[in-house]
Amino acid sequence: MQIIETGNVAAALGVKLARAQVIAAYPITPQTPLTEKLSEFIESGEMQAEYVPVESEHSALAVCIAASSAGARSFTATSANGLLYMHEQIHWAAGARLPLVMCVVNRGVGAPWTIWNDHQDSISQRDTGWIQIYANDHQQIIDSVIKAFALAEEVMIPVMVCYDGYILSHTHMPFDVPEERLVDEFLPPYLPPYSLDPADPANLNTVTMPDVRPDVRGDTAPGYMEIRYLLHKDMLEAIPAFERVEERFRSVFGRGSNPYIEPYRCEDADYIAVALGSLSYHLRDVVDTLRNEGVRAGVMSVHLYRPFPDELIARALSGCSGVVVFEKALSYGYQGALCSDIKSALYRHTGEPGGRPFVVNYILGLGGREITTPDLLDAMRSSCSPDGGSGDETRWIGLRFS
Amino acid sequence: MHVKTTILDLPEEELVNPGNRACAGCALGIAYRVGLKALGKNTLIVVPPSCLTVLQGLYPIAATKLPSLNVTFASTAAAATGLLAALKATGRKGINVVGWAGDGGTSDIGLQALSGACERGDDFLFICYDNEGYMNTGVQRSGTTPQWALTANTPIKGKLQPKKDVAAILAAHNIEYVATTSAAYPLDLYDKIKKALTFQGVKYLHIHIPCPPGWGFEPRYAVKVGKLAVESGLFELCEIEKSQFRHTGASLKIIEKRRLVPVRDYLKAQSRFKTMSEAETEKIQESITRRWEGYFKSFDDINGEE
Repeated sequence: MQIIETGNVAAALGVKLARAQVIAAYPITPQTPLTEKLSEFIESGEMQAEYVPVESEHSALAVCIAASSAGARSFTATSANGLLYMHEQIHWAAGARLPLVMCVVNRGVGAPWTIWNDHQDSISQRDTGWIQIYANDHQQIIDSVIKAFALAEEVMIPVMVCYDGYILSHTHMPFDVPEERLVDEFLPPYLPPYSLDPADPANLNTVTMPDVRPDVRGDTAPGYMEIRYLLHKDMLEAIPAFERVEERFRSVFGRGSNPYIEPYRCEDADYIAVALGSLSYHLRDVVDTLRNEGVRAGVMSVHLYRPFPDELIARALSGCSGVVVFEKALSYGYQGALCSDIKSALYRHTGEPGGRPFVVNYILGLGGREITTPDLLDAMRSSCSPDGGSGDETRWIGLRFS
Repeated sequence: MHVKTTILDLPEEELVNPGNRACAGCALGIAYRVGLKALGKNTLIVVPPSCLTVLQGLYPIAATKLPSLNVTFASTAAAATGLLAALKATGRKGINVVGWAGDGGTSDIGLQALSGACERGDDFLFICYDNEGYMNTGVQRSGTTPQWALTANTPIKGKLQPKKDVAAILAAHNIEYVATTSAAYPLDLYDKIKKALTFQGVKYLHIHIPCPPGWGFEPRYAVKVGKLAVESGLFELCEIEKSQFRHTGASLKIIEKRRLVPVRDYLKAQSRFKTMSEAETEKIQESITRRWEGYFKSFDDINGEE
């Protein structure tokens, strides 16, 4: 059924259709309409789940961690400082291999306070062992939430579904709400390999020592380092697993595409802009204008950011002369994290130095600073030439100091 | 009050394996062993980092025969809430959920989550085992470390501030059952856990746990030191049941017999109070005496004497 609603409602509908059993959340803008909607679904009896209005984000994830350890499909959502307040728990959920799903409604991080959109919140959680998916529009939000549960439960790794605060969370757009019957077919009830049970007691997340130790039968159990290696290995295996999830999704719902990247006019492009989230759709306008001017430009969004599908991304970019990475986040003192990741992928998977495309990085839109089409056009025009990669590698758009 | 359990009535089955990693003479060993007997097998237990994490053992070996979830330091109560939510969502009934945290994990870093759970009325038992400091990390002060106790980060003068009254904070949430007990009185502890499980919402039990290495006494004296804390009137055994306060067990006996052991006996039994002056000892004795005289008077008023 096609409806016109906000991105936050799209996410809430996805969680409802996925039949999440435990939801815990703490209010933070711009996530609030999503969790308010879920509380409404549950209070009205439309959705069968436990809603826990916790006293902090740290506790929100604690509730989900424990609920998932006891075998319930669990969900939370947050933004910005709320996400950072969870940070310890974010690591814990991944280390404990719990298939949680969390929506991150992207917002800039204080200090100073900002309630507006950028990507610093979720990018700063890149190395926690969670899968990160970035949605570009409302349809991708609802679909990604449903797919996220399927992926998380297949690989036993938690998933963040990230989407832009306000730009997506608070705007009304048309999207298709999948049929409940089909979602049930796509996503069967969660059957954990183990859940806390008095009939089968286990002590979870106990203290490990630097080396491996034998268990009571004398068999060597994995130590901390082996457990962490397995998380990394399974993260990498989540790349092909996500394709399988996408294929199943396509066969059930009749829509779906490349689960990793979303290229636009990239086939013959000399210059490819790369971005996360809704900004990549904004850049389509810029690409169309450049094409009219005779510049062979394209834009590609990265949908799956962790695990990073490096080979596929490198291959998608290897034929062009220049890669222009637009980022609403920054690894302070170096450059945008996505830019570093792309350079690393190109280094490993494309030809000789000199044969690779140049990579430049634009930092923009921090704390909701307006991103205008003329600014994007200027940036692309100055980068889309054979010497577009010379000069500063990291450039800022929209700075106004006087 | 209901029937008092005797040592002959305690369930024989042990739910803590022998040979666990607690220190010699650790009173938590007593409380945990007896406490789990009271909780029974149909229980999920949540444990934050604490001496109990150590007692429970190193992966892949565990001392506890109950399903146990180790969680982050601040999140014991919220995790207990999560277990309850999952049990409800998956249609499992009649399973006890218990958070078992140390005094730091309760009175300091864990207080916010515990307060939230109390306010929401989540139905679990929260046990604080109070060994009066961060013992597992090497004896640093906590909110419940008593005044003048030497710790690793109050090494010269001792702690300057008095002990935080966690049971009173919990009682201020108007939960149905708040009680204090001591590992030196394991049957009192057993009965209070049994009783706690009959109430709705968060139930709170605060257990005084003498700590040989942290407090500075011989491992064989854990029970003796624990008893002196109660008999001197410094630590009170009591219950606040649906807003009604009463002393119990050995503390009730103090009132009945009008007999307080000098607090000096308790303080001198441990090395952590060795730098405390005579004047300070006197001051503490005076405050205890004044407090208990109040209790004696209320007891007489209620019982129609004088």
